Amino acid sequence: MPGKLKVKIVAGRHLPVMDRASDLTDAFVEVKFGNTTFKTDVYPKSLNPQWNSEWFKFEVDDEDLQDEPLQITVLDHDTYSANDAIGKVYIDIDPLLYSEAATVISGWFPIYDTIHGIRGEINVVVKVDLFNDLNRFRQSSCGVKFFCTTSIPKCYRAVIIHGFVEELVVNEDPEYQWIDRIRTPRASNEARQRLISLMSGELQRKIGLKVLEMRGNAVVGYLQCFDLEGESGLVVRAIGTACTLDKLSSPAAFLPACNSPSKEMKEIPFNEDPNPNTHSSGPSTPLKNQTYSFSPSKSYSRQSSSSDTDLSLTPKTGMGSGSAGKEGGPFKALLRQQTQSALEQREFPFFTLTAFPPGFLVHVGGVVSARSVKLLDRIHNPAFVGIMSNTRSYKLLDWNSFNSDEPETRDAWWAEIRQEIKSHAKALGCHAVVGYSESTSICEEVCILSASGTAAVLNPRFLQDGTVEGCLEQRLEENLPAGCGFCHIPYDELNMPFPAHLTYCYNCRKQKVPDVLFTTIDLPTDATVIGKGCLIQARLCRLKKKAQAEANATAISNLLPFMEYEVHTQLMNKLKLKGMNALFGLRIQITVGENMLMGLASATGVYLAALPTPGGIQIAGKTPNDGSYEQHISHMQKKINDTIAKNKELYEINPPEISEEIIGSPIPEPRQRSRLLRSQSESSDEVTELDLSHGKKDAFVLEIDDTDAMEDVHSLLTDVPPPSGFYSCNTEIMPGINNWTSEIQMFTSVRVIRLSSLNLTNQALNKNFNDLCENLLKSLYFKLRSMIPCCLCHVNFTVSLPEDELIQVTVTAVAITFDKNQALQTTKAHVEKSLQRASTDNEELLQFPLELCSDSLPSHPFPPAKEHLESASSNSGIPAAQRATSVDYSSFADRCSSWIELIKLKAQTIRRGSIKTTVTVEKTSPMGEGNFRNRSAAPCANSTVGVVKMTPLSFIPGAKITKYLGIINMFFIRETTSLREEGGVSGFLHAFIAEVFAMVRAHVAALGGNAVVSYIMKQCVFMENPNKNQAQCLINVSGDAVVFARESELEVVSTQQPAANCQPACTGGEVTT
Amino acid sequence: MTSELDIFVGNTTLIDEDVYRLWLDGYSVGDAVALRVRSGILEQTGATAAVLQSDTMDHYRTFHMLERLLHAPPKLLHQLIYQIPPSRQALLIERYYAFDEAFVREVLGKKLSKGTKKDLDDISTKTGITLKSCRRQFDNFKRVFKVVEEMRGSLVDNIQQHFLLSDRLARDYAAIVFFANNRFETGKKKLQYLSFGDFAFCAELMIQNWTLGAVGEAPTDPDSQVDDMDMDLDKEFLQDLKELKVLVADKDLLDLHKSLVCTALRGKLGVFSEMEANFKNLSRGLVNVATKLTHNKDVRDLFVDLVEKFVEPCRSDHWPLSDVRLFLNQYSASVHSLDGFRHQALWDRYMGTLRGCLLRLYHD
Repeated sequence: MPGKLKVKIVAGRHLPVMDRASDLTDAFVEVKFGNTTFKTDVYPKSLNPQWNSEWFKFEVDDEDLQDEPLQITVLDHDTYSANDAIGKVYIDIDPLLYSEAATVISGWFPIYDTIHGIRGEINVVVKVDLFNDLNRFRQSSCGVKFFCTTSIPKCYRAVIIHGFVEELVVNEDPEYQWIDRIRTPRASNEARQRLISLMSGELQRKIGLKVLEMRGNAVVGYLQCFDLEGESGLVVRAIGTACTLDKLSSPAAFLPACNSPSKEMKEIPFNEDPNPNTHSSGPSTPLKNQTYSFSPSKSYSRQSSSSDTDLSLTPKTGMGSGSAGKEGGPFKALLRQQTQSALEQREFPFFTLTAFPPGFLVHVGGVVSARSVKLLDRIHNPAFVGIMSNTRSYKLLDWNSFNSDEPETRDAWWAEIRQEIKSHAKALGCHAVVGYSESTSICEEVCILSASGTAAVLNPRFLQDGTVEGCLEQRLEENLPAGCGFCHIPYDELNMPFPAHLTYCYNCRKQKVPDVLFTTIDLPTDATVIGKGCLIQARLCRLKKKAQAEANATAISNLLPFMEYEVHTQLMNKLKLKGMNALFGLRIQITVGENMLMGLASATGVYLAALPTPGGIQIAGKTPNDGSYEQHISHMQKKINDTIAKNKELYEINPPEISEEIIGSPIPEPRQRSRLLRSQSESSDEVTELDLSHGKKDAFVLEIDDTDAMEDVHSLLTDVPPPSGFYSCNTEIMPGINNWTSEIQMFTSVRVIRLSSLNLTNQALNKNFNDLCENLLKSLYFKLRSMIPCCLCHVNFTVSLPEDELIQVTVTAVAITFDKNQALQTTKAHVEKSLQRASTDNEELLQFPLELCSDSLPSHPFPPAKEHLESASSNSGIPAAQRATSVDYSSFADRCSSWIELIKLKAQTIRRGSIKTTVTVEKTSPMGEGNFRNRSAAPCANSTVGVVKMTPLSFIPGAKITKYLGIINMFFIRETTSLREEGGVSGFLHAFIAEVFAMVRAHVAALGGNAVVSYIMKQCVFMENPNKNQAQCLINVSGDAVVFARESELEVVSTQQPAANCQPACTGGEVTT
Repeated sequence: MTSELDIFVGNTTLIDEDVYRLWLDGYSVGDAVALRVRSGILEQTGATAAVLQSDTMDHYRTFHMLERLLHAPPKLLHQLIYQIPPSRQALLIERYYAFDEAFVREVLGKKLSKGTKKDLDDISTKTGITLKSCRRQFDNFKRVFKVVEEMRGSLVDNIQQHFLLSDRLARDYAAIVFFANNRFETGKKKLQYLSFGDFAFCAELMIQNWTLGAVGEAPTDPDSQVDDMDMDLDKEFLQDLKELKVLVADKDLLDLHKSLVCTALRGKLGVFSEMEANFKNLSRGLVNVATKLTHNKDVRDLFVDLVEKFVEPCRSDHWPLSDVRLFLNQYSASVHSLDGFRHQALWDRYMGTLRGCLLRLYHD
């Protein structure tokens, strides 16, 4: 019996009146786990019952502990009729399953009902006793830690970063079961909530197993998503990065423990794990080796032997790159081979991280993305449905035994996309993809699967065996200048995968850099940036005819390349308009609706000192006969030039003037202009011009003959900069601001607009969408004006098209105040400081080796079904027998003319620039210690008990995270049949989101935490039927529960009891009476 | 393009003080937007009217959701749905329970019943306060009244404990509840010159001295159902006040009293002759007020009587306030020298409070 779960129901408060006659309630509680249920006594006639129950004990498998949520139901006892349910609380007990996190869950939880919302609170205490289980073939993965944070969590050290883990689970959606017709909405919602809770638990357990197979102990950058596929089912899928993490002994001590490795070794992760079976026996020896001596483990040496043969798999790189730089060339090639060979062993060398341990990232190739349009098929067999809902309606289905190709199909779909991403990365001369994410957009039976990431070359130092180690180490330090290395191109200059304008790096003058760089990751902390950054968005709508099934999928597939291309053009134009040359945190979302497609790209623009100054934007008319027309054009041109100048001032972009001689550019500089083509009439000979134009100060030419371009120019100019004192970005921190104060405000804002359906044109649609986003931003600036000077960080827009004429935009972000007077350290000083620190911290680099062994290969079972599907789609016919038909987007694109091919290539794989990592080391955290000093003067405003902070960032300004308590992953459904009475759709959703926040905070507080970091609202599906006075909403949120301590408090604690690892005073209790 | 849904939810609930005030003042969203536009906020922030509209709607929705909790302020403190810093919570409560002077003067001393609620239309027209705001204030009075009505112990403490109001506001509410409970007439034309502050001052004195709670000693019989409440006047005390009648009924005693006062004040009073001429009238007035207090009707007219019988005569003779103070002090103190008078303690309990009230009521 591997575990004993103990639950105590203490009390309730603020219960609703259930008995109108007495204005009181006779409440009792049912506690359910798995199939066991306990009940408390009835506490008569009270709205604040004191049950003070005994300990209810459940003896369960740890597999169940991971999968099942604890379900607490509060009921009103009724002598004559059925007992009325007041509401429920689901508690995920996963945080209790690993030793370092919470030991007890205790606190007030809101009692939630899917129809009435929160109805009072209940005080519960939960504990788990785990027994050791030495069964090697167990199915549970207790002890593997999960983090939503997409960087190495603050109080941990990455011993090994293993790599990509993924899993998906499929089930039927209870909402679409036949039984749903006869059960109440409440029962249906609860079935759904419970099922998703179960599925998340199972998914997490399975991912955990994969991590254990890889000999890791944690998943970082864990992203779990739901696809509500309607009748074809419900998919829960997750991706993450498996790591072996080691807890830093003291929260304050960031200093590397490498001085005494022997001591460190005693702290091999999870020695104190409650069920240490696999960890303690298995990996400890190889771990040590890899960590400290870099001597190859067994599996590792196997790889290197096979590396030579694998070289053939790497196109366009290798020895040929000798010309890239005299010193760097052969060295680079060597590095590449070695990294590559190791990474080749992985099926997918992907990393969901967006910020990295110092030295991890060498070059950045650019953004790679892939999309695919798929048709979801219905489950035709009613008998099949019957079986499920009758016999196993509440038990998770094992699909593999029923219908073997269902999850396999989804797996194969994703495998296909990942394969494409991998090949794109290869084309860029990169062997890994970082900042990787996946998403879907579903409308009826059409589903667009998207994946994107940043092609990168990772530091091979972590892969070398001991002998090579020393010399490589030195060379790296000699060669790589600070703050520009990652910009240097990873691909071969003579054999470029796409047209780009290369110059010598403006920082080190030795290596080549591209003119612009697009990435999906956060700005590396060591990057040299001039001025400040800003949020850049490209917004696009395209109408599409309503169609069915295959025709619909085809139409979408045909539209996609154009959309990608235009989104890219818009981003590029806006970037130039801002006078910047790089994008970070790029996220392109394509949403499919009944009659339109929406594209929304968000990124943070910055001016990287290493890249060349961007050229301006030139407007050209094709028919220059008309005088007034010319005047109009010159007027526009002036406006654009003014805007660029204004933006440069606004974002403080004043790059040092560098004369041509100093740069010593070997590239001839005819003032040729690159010409960007948009109209179809332009033929392919112009495309070659695009390839050849290597003008250094190339300007973007916008031809405003066609209305499309006109519209583009307008949209460029309508983007209003934020009011003074405001900055915004979608990355973790704002480049150029580093003096954050402690005030933060996380918020979610939702807007839905109804389009007038009369005469929808692409232009009108674009304008509407653009206005929607701009107005939303303006509203945010206005609402948060009291926080000025402040920055909106991690601005995350999500677009959905719930109905024909409805567009829904959801924004979650955090506003952080900063001190205007204090800071403004020049970037240089900042860099210098980080350089200094780099030298001292260099040793620490050794603590982040990257393990790229192929151990996990067997853990990615992509069975023959994949090939089967591939062959099916390559036949281009859509076999009727196939349960899930696939319309492969690329196969359609094949038929297009060659120039579209080029555009597609460009749009689908936006890759730009390259880099080499510097030795400049700063903490992966933007909260370098140097910054702390500046901010320590900030007043400690957060002295109140019970406040739980929420933030989408991985850190809390002015504070240090001292403990991670576990992942928060919650799914809620709210439904109403009295929409008007609840204040209409706005009132309904406002209250629901407030309730979701409250429940997240309550769970964190019960775990003993005082903040949620890396918080994300992954889904907010809102449906309304005003005629019926009904609405329904589904929300899925996740994040990491943590304990943080203010800087000032931490100092006090550390001076008083230096060695103590105690929790500081701020450990946020709950809100109690 | 129409906005179907437009919301903003912060982890910390945003409270805009200006919008809160507009909401409390009962303005519709449209009026509030217009007022905000007039305040010049658009120019200051560079926002558009649409942004202002959306912002105002949002705040109004938040306030509407919070209103339920504001009806029982301790709930606001312990609820988990809205994370609001304590200082903001205090502000929300304090402002919600704040009232308009003009409104409270209309309602003070009236029964807080449905009937009065119907008159709110007229009050709204008369005072220029929106009907919505009138309703809120009236409902606040009524809610506080209902909660503390049956409670033992100090009125102010009870109000503070159950509504978490500041000391000042709790005292004001105590006065309102006290007046509503005893139905003191305050609306007569004669009393129009008096402010709420004047009445609240008197109420506090009366609560401190004339109620059951004021006696301060533990009830003689612990099981007695007599509530030691601050809301009701001490019936026994009112009954006893009849004994004071002798001060004016006994001619010798009255003359002696007069001579004592006159002797003491001669040369000290600017209006000595007027005082001397009016002494018997004034004394009769003050003592008669006391003896009549056994009847509910006369209790209600207490302030009318005080103004009629004392304030107005003095004012018509242009007594300065300092002279009124000297006179009242002497008038109360001299009674101690009246040998034939046995109810010194009773007299002090009555006159001590009355003196304070009269001094407060004596102004233009």
